[in-house]
Amino acid sequence: MSNAVALSVTDLHTYLGESHILQGITFAVPEGGVTALLGRNGVGKTTTLRAMLGLVPRSRGVVSLAGADVTRLPTHAIIRRGVGYVPEDRDVFAGLTVTESLRLAERDREPRYDLVYELFPELHTRGAQRAGTLSGGQQQMVAIARALLNDNSVLLVDEPTKGLSPLLVTEVANALERVAALTTVLLVEQNLGVVQRLARQVVVLDTGRVVYEGDAAELLGDGARVRQLLGVHGATH
Amino acid sequence: MSTFVLLTITGLGLGAMYFLVASGLSLIYGLMGVLNFAHGAFITVGAYAAWWMSGHIGGGAGTQLVVGGAFGIVAGAALAAGVEVVFIQPLYRRPIEQVLVTVGLALALGALVQGIWGNDARPFPVPSWMIDTTSVLGANIPNDRFVVIAVAGFVLIGLTAFLRYTRFGLIIRAGVENRAMVTALGIDVRLAFTLVFALGGALAALAGVLSGVYFGSIDPSRGTALLIFAFIVVVIGGFGSIGGSAVAAITVGLVQQYANYYASAGTGDLAVVLLLAAVLLIRPAGLAPKVAH
Repeated sequence: MSNAVALSVTDLHTYLGESHILQGITFAVPEGGVTALLGRNGVGKTTTLRAMLGLVPRSRGVVSLAGADVTRLPTHAIIRRGVGYVPEDRDVFAGLTVTESLRLAERDREPRYDLVYELFPELHTRGAQRAGTLSGGQQQMVAIARALLNDNSVLLVDEPTKGLSPLLVTEVANALERVAALTTVLLVEQNLGVVQRLARQVVVLDTGRVVYEGDAAELLGDGARVRQLLGVHGATH
Repeated sequence: MSTFVLLTITGLGLGAMYFLVASGLSLIYGLMGVLNFAHGAFITVGAYAAWWMSGHIGGGAGTQLVVGGAFGIVAGAALAAGVEVVFIQPLYRRPIEQVLVTVGLALALGALVQGIWGNDARPFPVPSWMIDTTSVLGANIPNDRFVVIAVAGFVLIGLTAFLRYTRFGLIIRAGVENRAMVTALGIDVRLAFTLVFALGGALAALAGVLSGVYFGSIDPSRGTALLIFAFIVVVIGGFGSIGGSAVAAITVGLVQQYANYYASAGTGDLAVVLLLAAVLLIRPAGLAPKVAH
């Protein structure tokens, strides 16, 4: 495992309206594998990802990508530095077909359609179908495929298994496992079974602050600590 | 029967002009969330630029119309792109200020046109064959109606093909649904913003030129008059939907004509407002809403 840092945030603050959502978040994502960003509902996990990309305003803090400060760059420029983003609610374009959705996401000269269709063969057969008419699981495939199409150095993946059936959860986890072998993944995930299977590192947030950062197996193996930090029992899947 | 045919084709011609104005307005709001009250000024400036150019070139009325019209469209596109770069971009995410600046621009540009060319209507170069009539089911229809309808039809087909088959079109369609997600795919939507504004300006100017053909003259209030109904068309059709705008524009044009004739003169505008109210009550987001952000 490399010691290099793929992505880091330092003293990140974000307000949404009057609410101080992120209150000085600091953590680093090591290069390679999956780092999970955990926490109870509403502690700021999704906002952290969005603030890192500039999708919500940051009042203070530094976001670095492979050591380079990208805080002042607009969202599209951060993405073009090699970041893939899979948003929480998939955010597929309902009026675009699957093929159009993937075409829109192309950035590299040679998009990785082979990888995408190998992981999600269904997207190939449903190329002409409008994304808005796909099932939740299929929409998640489109959302992940958009991020995989380009050779990104980091993927920010926000609750990819949310609302999916157990079968699809396994399918998505398999895909992420394969992806994690190719690139660095920062994963927001509520399903501790998936976290236990995929993550090497974990960062736990509580009320807009980092309260734990360390080895995933160590935390998930400590039931009392998991209950204390996440308010749930350990992995069940 | 002949009266009904005449009313229908005249209504379609009017609807065609509403569509040209509304399609740009709809895309601009759908993609950028900007309610562009300066759109009427693009109509007026386009029409006057075409009229001005036609007076500075030789040839017959047909040549003057084509060359002047092309100049007017380019002027409308350039003005719109300039407005977007200079006034709208600095006010991104500040909708109240955007409304204020576009209202101010509409007033200022209207006053500028009046200041230079006065309030009087100016005769527009129209080839004689367009003034002639063609008999359709017993009704004598001025040929300019067919020209206006045909041009709007070509624009609808071209716009649909542009949105469907080009990468810019793809970006615009996606951006109308979810602008933030488009940027999260690494796409700089600011370029698409300028392009859509320029496209809207060109279409508005084209509507201004065609209104000169349709009415035989232009005046400084033309843009405002068309803009009011174009806004109604956009609301009825659904912000961001070209197809919705086309259907709504035809409906508004026809309702206006039928009401003016079959009810009483002047009730056409009232009928359109009632239609708007009915659509808002039944489908508040319009016939084919696309905006998701």
